[in-house]
Amino acid sequence: MTADAAAIAVPTVPLDTVASAAATPEREQPYEALGLKGDEYAQIREILGRRPTSAELAMYSVMWSEHCSYKSSKNYLRQFGQKVTPEMTKHLMVGMGQNAGVVDIGEGWAVTFKVESHNHPSFIEPFQGAATGVGGIVRDIISMGARPVAVMDQLRFGRVDDPDTARVVHGVVGGISFYGNCLGLPNIGGETVFDAVYQGNPLVNALAVGVLRHDDLHLANATGVGNLVVLFGARTGGDGIGGASILASDSFSSGGPTKRPAVQVGDPFAEKVLIECCLELFQDHLVEGIQDLGAAGISCATSELASNGDGGMAISLDNVLLRDPTLTAEEILMSESQERMMAVVHPDRLDGFLAVTAKWDVEASVLGEVTGDSRLVIDWHGERIVDVDPRTVAVDSPVYDRPVAYPVWLDALRADSAASLPRSDASTEADRSELREQFLALLGSPNLADKSWVTNQYDYYVGGNTALSFPDDAGMIRVDEGSGLGVAVATDANGRFCLLDPAQGAKLALAEAYRNVAATGAVPMAVTDCLNFGSPENPEVMWQFSQAVEGLSDACLELGIPVTGGNVSFYNQTGSTPIFPTPVVGVLGVIDDVARRVPSGWQDAGENLYLLGTTALELDGSAWAGTIHGHLGGLPPRVDLGREKALADLLHNAAVEGIITSAHDLSDGGLAQTLAEGVLRFGVGARVWLDGIVERDEVDATTALFSESTGRALVSVAREDDVKFRGLCDGRNYPVLRIGVTDAVVGEQPVLEVQDVFTVGLEELRATSRATLAEHFGAVVGQ
Amino acid sequence: MRIGVITFPGSLDDRDAQRAVRRAGAEAVALWHADHDLRGVDALVLPGGFSYGDYLRAGAIAAMAPIMTEVVQAADSGMPVLGICNGFQVLVEAHLLPGGLIRNDHGSFIRRDQHIVVENVDTAWTNGFVTGQEIVIPIKNADGGFIADEETLKRIEGEGLVAFRYAGLNPNGSFHDIAGLTNERGNIVGLMPHPEHATEPGFGPDTDERMRSGVDGLVFFESALRAVLAA
Repeated sequence: MTADAAAIAVPTVPLDTVASAAATPEREQPYEALGLKGDEYAQIREILGRRPTSAELAMYSVMWSEHCSYKSSKNYLRQFGQKVTPEMTKHLMVGMGQNAGVVDIGEGWAVTFKVESHNHPSFIEPFQGAATGVGGIVRDIISMGARPVAVMDQLRFGRVDDPDTARVVHGVVGGISFYGNCLGLPNIGGETVFDAVYQGNPLVNALAVGVLRHDDLHLANATGVGNLVVLFGARTGGDGIGGASILASDSFSSGGPTKRPAVQVGDPFAEKVLIECCLELFQDHLVEGIQDLGAAGISCATSELASNGDGGMAISLDNVLLRDPTLTAEEILMSESQERMMAVVHPDRLDGFLAVTAKWDVEASVLGEVTGDSRLVIDWHGERIVDVDPRTVAVDSPVYDRPVAYPVWLDALRADSAASLPRSDASTEADRSELREQFLALLGSPNLADKSWVTNQYDYYVGGNTALSFPDDAGMIRVDEGSGLGVAVATDANGRFCLLDPAQGAKLALAEAYRNVAATGAVPMAVTDCLNFGSPENPEVMWQFSQAVEGLSDACLELGIPVTGGNVSFYNQTGSTPIFPTPVVGVLGVIDDVARRVPSGWQDAGENLYLLGTTALELDGSAWAGTIHGHLGGLPPRVDLGREKALADLLHNAAVEGIITSAHDLSDGGLAQTLAEGVLRFGVGARVWLDGIVERDEVDATTALFSESTGRALVSVAREDDVKFRGLCDGRNYPVLRIGVTDAVVGEQPVLEVQDVFTVGLEELRATSRATLAEHFGAVVGQ
Repeated sequence: MRIGVITFPGSLDDRDAQRAVRRAGAEAVALWHADHDLRGVDALVLPGGFSYGDYLRAGAIAAMAPIMTEVVQAADSGMPVLGICNGFQVLVEAHLLPGGLIRNDHGSFIRRDQHIVVENVDTAWTNGFVTGQEIVIPIKNADGGFIADEETLKRIEGEGLVAFRYAGLNPNGSFHDIAGLTNERGNIVGLMPHPEHATEPGFGPDTDERMRSGVDGLVFFESALRAVLAA
């Protein structure tokens, strides 16, 4: 350190030590500016038996923020742990509460996966917000001892044609592309949704998947008195200070001060090196416990490690390697500088540990050690500035039972069903041309249109294990190169359904993700969720939240797959308008051999197309109602989870026996959209007829094409497997109809022909689907 | 037969290159950027990735890595050397191949199944192809735009140093649609597309017959085996 830097580092105000805090109980403290309420501050004073030092106040304020403490949601989230059966938890090696859940997938392999939000930073600084969102979730995965193997992103933006949307889209997609590609993690799927309700509050959720051998599992525990606490990775700087507390606990208001400096800046190269460094540390058995540094930085890592362990921790902040030597102790404790990890290391293994970090040019410093006195003590310049029970910081934060209220507007919204909207029945030429127009309008609508604008900027090849990725129903990664064992992951959420009925909407999200995983041939095993909602201080939002958690946990119990972890994001609103309740649900499934995977479109001519499941008049909240009629009202589709299970079982068995060549679930946009995507997948046409559906299910052509009834999938079956496939369906008594054949061609061109309704050529399908995002965001690279 | 794959900090497709080497029937040897040691390998692969985060310029810092001293010596003595994507950038920065690689003309990272034409089959890495053969190899990069001054371009074209040219669509604005180069001797080849990601059915690019079934990249590694045996 130079003389100048040393001079700068000397604090200009007297240190607020534990002793001085005890001696000056009357000193006023800025707890409100740090996001703490008066009673929370009083509670801290009561816990400590004195006023907190400014460093302690910084720690409590970030750790007791909504983002870190889950204080409004904790009471509800317990249901995920309670509504389980022994059968459901049989394969769980780690459940909720750790950095990420871990699932035993057999053959000595385990998988960890989790979805997390980075919504608020991504609105302020879309590029860095989204980039560091990827970085954060990946570090969660590493801290379980796993090698990250894939990422996915669930994105929700404002109106596609709003001038500000392009700014956010370019930034977010650029940030994910920059960071994720640079980490060498294949991006295998996700969601991109546009709706005005997300205009001032986009949702950027990121999911990561990691794999590990059973023996390699690591937990964030500080155990073993005398073990050393080591901080390693990037240096600590002034970025993201207060981000956890201020960004996640208060909505944006346009008149407020700029919060730009609170957004963290990511360096994917540092993260990539950190990943490899951690994996080598694990492989050489050099760490006892490990924790990533995310929201609340060192405050979080020290208090959580100490709380989860069996003792206390004593560290000196002077040993933290700084990027900015002028940082105060409080700032060091709150800094959210990226690409950092904290490890607990046995003293005998420190040399080995430091040899590995040196190999990767990763800086490391010993901050202190694990103690046996159950206290977390932190020194700075030789003075004690923190002396707390770590559990009061990390675990026993306040819990709120916030008021809930059934929304006053909901009954009227539910009474306004889409069933009263005009529907064509294909009986006249005008009807038929109207259905054709509606079909194309939906195909080109922002939410159903081709997403290559986004996905062409993501690398799905790296790693060499990607068996499926967008646009298939789920992403799939091979885990074992010898046996072909792999996992499939899909995520879903439909905010429109959730607005109409949050409990049902959450069940529908689960059912769709479950069905998507099953469509690839995998067996669904576990669930992660990212619950994006408005302000918990709004009783109507809190009611939506309570309903969604109840619906989701009930549905998980019924499907027999546990929630292994996730994230809650509140305060997603601009002004007083909350977003649609948006519980993103991710389902992970296992497949014995990825060679048996099933894509979402047919590739060969002369195959039969079968529709599994039945269709009812369920257009409330549908893409058809929204896009064609600008309508949102009524009740979302029914969901029969028993039937979803039967469908998943059928699809899995068909995949194992190799008797289906493609499977695609029916959801947004109904059968029409599924057919279009089936043709577009490999450019092979199809001729289908609706009569069977219309007669059996007693619905009109509009309903047959656009209804979003659940429990349905479209599969293609080669002629030689036809009898076997029918037998499989009959044996399970699952409703099935042959509705078409593949390879319709007019002239030279493949077409989608809906017999007696409309015919659309491949070129028009492609042009319609591809035009929308390009029109608003610029040309699609590589098209 | 031993083929070395060098890992730099920020290399991403190093394990994938090792897998491709094994699929071609050779032994893959992991080499570390900080060592002055090629461990007796018969050929070398500089894999894709973002070595040193692409700081300064893509490949610029890796080109100064300790092991590059031995790489340059080996290349000069005729050992087959393949630079894939970031590895190509490193070879160019190390002046083992001419020209430069800059940001894609559209400004974005791009990932697609790319058609390329093999123009020079007299190299250690392309001798299994026929001249003019069109193959499909995934491309994925942000800095893939090949540039060179007029004189260099004239030399590259005149001496037949263009190993591969983009077909159908130029994905990054490369001059003369150049996707990859070789040197006069034909032992060094560099290209932006990733042949190691077209070596295993089920995990390669889509073909007309079957999804992800493209294995054109395997020929690169098989060619190198032949070149080493012939040497």
